[in-house]
Amino acid sequence: MDGQPRRRRRGGYPARYSAAGLVRRGLSRSAWPATWTRHPVKSSYDVVIVGGGVHGLAAAYYLAVNHGITDVAVLDKGYIGSGGSGRNTAILRSNYLTPEGVRFYDRSVKLYQRLATELDYNVMFSQRGHLTLAHSDASLRTMRWRAEVNKAEGVDSEVIGPAEVKRLAPFLDVSAAARYPVLGALYHPPGGIIRHDAVVWGYARGAAAHGVHIHQSTEVIGIDVAGGRVRGVETADGAIATRVVLNATAGWSTLIAGMAGVALPVTTYPLQAAVTEPVKPFLGTVVVSGTLHVYVSQTDRGELVFGASVDPFTSYSMRGSLEFIESLAGHVLQLMPALANVRVLRQWAGLCDMTPDFSPIMGATPVEGFLLDVGWGTYGFKAGPVSGEAMAQCIASGKPPEIIAPFGLDRFAAGALVGEKGAAAVGH
Amino acid sequence: MILLPCPWCGPRDAAEFAHYGEQVPRPDPGTATPADWRAYLYLRANTRGWVTETWYHRMGCRRFITVERHTQTNETRMVPPGTATPPTGPAAG
Repeated sequence: MDGQPRRRRRGGYPARYSAAGLVRRGLSRSAWPATWTRHPVKSSYDVVIVGGGVHGLAAAYYLAVNHGITDVAVLDKGYIGSGGSGRNTAILRSNYLTPEGVRFYDRSVKLYQRLATELDYNVMFSQRGHLTLAHSDASLRTMRWRAEVNKAEGVDSEVIGPAEVKRLAPFLDVSAAARYPVLGALYHPPGGIIRHDAVVWGYARGAAAHGVHIHQSTEVIGIDVAGGRVRGVETADGAIATRVVLNATAGWSTLIAGMAGVALPVTTYPLQAAVTEPVKPFLGTVVVSGTLHVYVSQTDRGELVFGASVDPFTSYSMRGSLEFIESLAGHVLQLMPALANVRVLRQWAGLCDMTPDFSPIMGATPVEGFLLDVGWGTYGFKAGPVSGEAMAQCIASGKPPEIIAPFGLDRFAAGALVGEKGAAAVGH
Repeated sequence: MILLPCPWCGPRDAAEFAHYGEQVPRPDPGTATPADWRAYLYLRANTRGWVTETWYHRMGCRRFITVERHTQTNETRMVPPGTATPPTGPAAG
């Protein structure tokens, strides 16, 4: 990337969070200052970012911090983090299959590692290790392939046997009698979980402190394109003139792109997840089984968070379904029979913008000034920081940086797909 | 769970079906340019609202059927047999 970011803190605002401040406010019971300031919507901005999730807010933050572009508005039709950023299972990892993918997500993990310090916000990143179980010789072979690609890119990742798996996750059934015996696993020590809401709020606070305007409940209803370039956006509250629009709307990205007349190779699928009541800490790693379509982690509060594969048909509905929770529970019990009496508290769904090759779409479109950061499918949250950094650079310099060059929209017409299905998530 | 109105079997659980997705006209392979063909392969309207799409009743009559579905609410409407254009090939995997 382009060396060290330029720091442009303005007059010590916002006040840094500290232990002394916590004690002082606890004793005086004075109110905490607002996390960020609200502004009226201006009639024009240099850059308008559609979508107030981790991608949009990170792009705004890095535009301001790394490039000094602060006349930026982030628009969201709901509240910030109300889409995929608040609905994912908060797992971070970089053990992908293609060298392009590994490099990209490794950069993201590195940004996440220093995020709490950089944003002065406790994002609770816990690098507790990540296990991807292999239940067949074929998947063990893929794990070896992934481990070698990972190591060649400098990412800590190795294949381990059932005894080592049992040592890391004692409650897993690794007996040979299991319906899907555990033959080994891809172990990725830097992987882990984070508090996803805090990431969104931290980026919002950091961006707003540098002058970015965040407008919630501001739905984009049209994009003004004339002469092949962007002139502005229409919102439910009025028009905003701008020459650069970034579409960072995940599951709704085809609707926004359609307003600019850009067709996308994207279909929207719901992805469901569930959480249990809190139990004592017993699971120290993230456990994923592609064969069983499930991933499990235990939060710091003790709740078990489960995710699975996308629903079997496209939809914009975010309702949960009974057959999902039924099959999920069955699969979890095959991995960890001891969980039979644990109760599920709630389930929910988020929307995934799936692409044909399970890689994202980033960069320019045929409409000048209309940029994409979409196609994030089931793996968008973990890529938030690096996407924001790369899209900020793309906007500031007018061309995509090398790290996202393979992910352009033109790869579909050129036939240069980046096949990431083998490691994108659990089986699709 | 959503119910799909199979014109041959009646309303059935969507889990009995495979979703083939929106119907995209297949260009003539003899005259299509690579760009046409890749647009047919990859580009989708991904409409939010009523769509006409193909499902395969794999655990029922094993026929390809056309159904209208609202992608926000998942309401469905039956398309009577004979009135739909036959599917021209798998549209989405």
